[in-house]
Amino acid sequence: MPDQLIYAIEVFFNGLMAGVLYALVALGFVLIYKASGIFNYAQGVMALFAAMTLVGVMEGQVPFAHLINAVLGTKVHHFGWHLPALVGIITTVIVMVILAWLVQRIIFKHLVGQEPIILFMATIGLAYFMEGLGDMMWGSEIKKLDVGLPQGINLWIDETTYNIFDYGFFIDNLDIVATVIAVTLVASLVIFAQYTKEGRAMRAVADDHQAALSVGVSLNFIWIMVWSVAGFVALVAGIMWGTKSGVQFSLSLIALKALPVLMLGGFTSIPGAIVGGLIIGVGEKLFEFLVGPLIGGATENWFAYVLALLLLVFRPQGLFGEKIIERV
Amino acid sequence: MFYREAGDFSTTYREDSQTFPIKFDRYRYYAVLLIAFAIIPFLLNDYWVNAIFLPFLIYSIAAIGLNILTGYCGQVSLGTGGFMAVGAYATYKLMTAFPEVSMVVHILLAGGITAFVGVLFGLPSLRIKGFYLAVATLAAQFFLVWLFNRVPWFYNYSASGQINSPERTLFGIPITGANTEPWAVYLFCLVFVTLSAIIARNLTRGAMGRKWMAIRDMDIAAEIIGVNPLTAKLSAFAISSFFVGVSGALFFSVYLGAVEVGEVFGINKSFLVLFMIIIGGLGSIFGSFAGAAFLVLLPVLLKNVLVTGLGWPTDLAAHLEFMIVGFLIIVFLIVEPHGIAQLWRVAKEKLRLWPFPH
Repeated sequence: MPDQLIYAIEVFFNGLMAGVLYALVALGFVLIYKASGIFNYAQGVMALFAAMTLVGVMEGQVPFAHLINAVLGTKVHHFGWHLPALVGIITTVIVMVILAWLVQRIIFKHLVGQEPIILFMATIGLAYFMEGLGDMMWGSEIKKLDVGLPQGINLWIDETTYNIFDYGFFIDNLDIVATVIAVTLVASLVIFAQYTKEGRAMRAVADDHQAALSVGVSLNFIWIMVWSVAGFVALVAGIMWGTKSGVQFSLSLIALKALPVLMLGGFTSIPGAIVGGLIIGVGEKLFEFLVGPLIGGATENWFAYVLALLLLVFRPQGLFGEKIIERV
Repeated sequence: MFYREAGDFSTTYREDSQTFPIKFDRYRYYAVLLIAFAIIPFLLNDYWVNAIFLPFLIYSIAAIGLNILTGYCGQVSLGTGGFMAVGAYATYKLMTAFPEVSMVVHILLAGGITAFVGVLFGLPSLRIKGFYLAVATLAAQFFLVWLFNRVPWFYNYSASGQINSPERTLFGIPITGANTEPWAVYLFCLVFVTLSAIIARNLTRGAMGRKWMAIRDMDIAAEIIGVNPLTAKLSAFAISSFFVGVSGALFFSVYLGAVEVGEVFGINKSFLVLFMIIIGGLGSIFGSFAGAAFLVLLPVLLKNVLVTGLGWPTDLAAHLEFMIVGFLIIVFLIVEPHGIAQLWRVAKEKLRLWPFPH
């Protein structure tokens, strides 16, 4: 087999792994969008915030330490404990649920019935607020996140492929774990939505708010639940990306990576988010590998958007989205 | 008391359909122009121009541009930063290629080039709507920034990848480069701002503006009553991008002087201008100014109060600024979706009746 092709296959697999992570973030968007019609730009910042909170809790940082020090002139920074990852994760989940409750209570309760684009802009405002809040609470420096996930090259794949192709594939253990977790998460979300009472209520709300209200589904409860689930998905995504490249500001930019995934797959479709994520993950890595060197590299920044844009011109609702029907 | 229509009679159609039909409004407008053109230039120093007036004026143009597209025509765009970059790089290429031509021509041409690029990226708007379009305009943002970063022709193969504005003069007075006088750059930008505002105001009052608003309110209905969505949407994209391009050109050549595209014209710039028009007021020229003033003054104010006044570290003040901006966006969307411009309108209504409300 020619070398180029083998490299391309390796790039393909790496793209697949990256795509799973994109899909994971995109999933958070789809959940909120389906249930409440809100396109939540803050999803990426939620992932960052969740990861920061997790690190902060595990390391025993004092929240708002910088602020307290600046106002009171004290020098507090750490409580001086180190908590196990599980405790940290549970605490963070609780924080995300409280956050979901606050977001629903303070912001979106007052915006029911507004145009979708107004809601979208409100989430941009929310994203800014949470970005500032996260930095204020936990400090803006890059943090290391380690919850005990395996990392580094997978030797088994390396050896096996070396024996077959004379070239060892580099695939990160973390990516494999991430894929497994993402698949589990998606499967459990689908089961949750299909077979539990709350899941059915959620789908009812997604279908028709008023009809759902009239059969006794509490919109408020469903929305808080959906935001909590999205917060949990954000936490998972935050753990994956945070372990991979440190908890830092750029983590919030994965939201921007997930947007074209959504457009490609369609805003309303869970399978769409996954397929879209895989297409974009593979597409951008292969494009960078094959065409990137010819035109200056770093094409990953825009490839996904341009691909999605071109597709939308032919299919405005994305690959799996519900057909858009307009009436006057 | 002060704000009255009584006794203000229009005897011709011309008088009736002027921009400021009420006498008080008209005099206020002349007074603002007089202060801006004849008084402020004498009071300026370097700090005031660079910290407040130049950014305010230049962002006003960008906000007017985006307001035409988003506020009047209803097409949300997140590509403002990218289009400003087109304006900046077009001026740079023109300035270095034709040094003997006047700066005014360069800036207008840069606006024209940006308008062309804007139409190109506006084409999908004929098929895509709502936030699908908003996300699609992000393609413009990322692609354009990448283009100016990676294709050396755009920055004349300079080693740093930056573009630097060479020194140019207008009527013998330097307006770009290192040796500029505060009043000169201020007046130069002010002329552009004034003309932009007058043109935009009249466009939005005229047939074109009505078409835009029809498209914004409901595009299918507009199409049925005879508005051509193709020309309406693309003209909005073209004119909006023209203004945005002019502001990008001024931002680079007059204000900053040296630009690294990813830093200056990144996605945050797109959001900043969008926030300006949300806070200022969608679909209002006055709102564009109010929003620009608000978001230019807020960081300066916070910095003065927190860093200079209370002695907080700068990063903490920056975080607080993020929180306040985000919070204000949400508050405005909940309490007053039409922004500061609407507050002003309400105040005017109140003033008309004051001191004898019925």
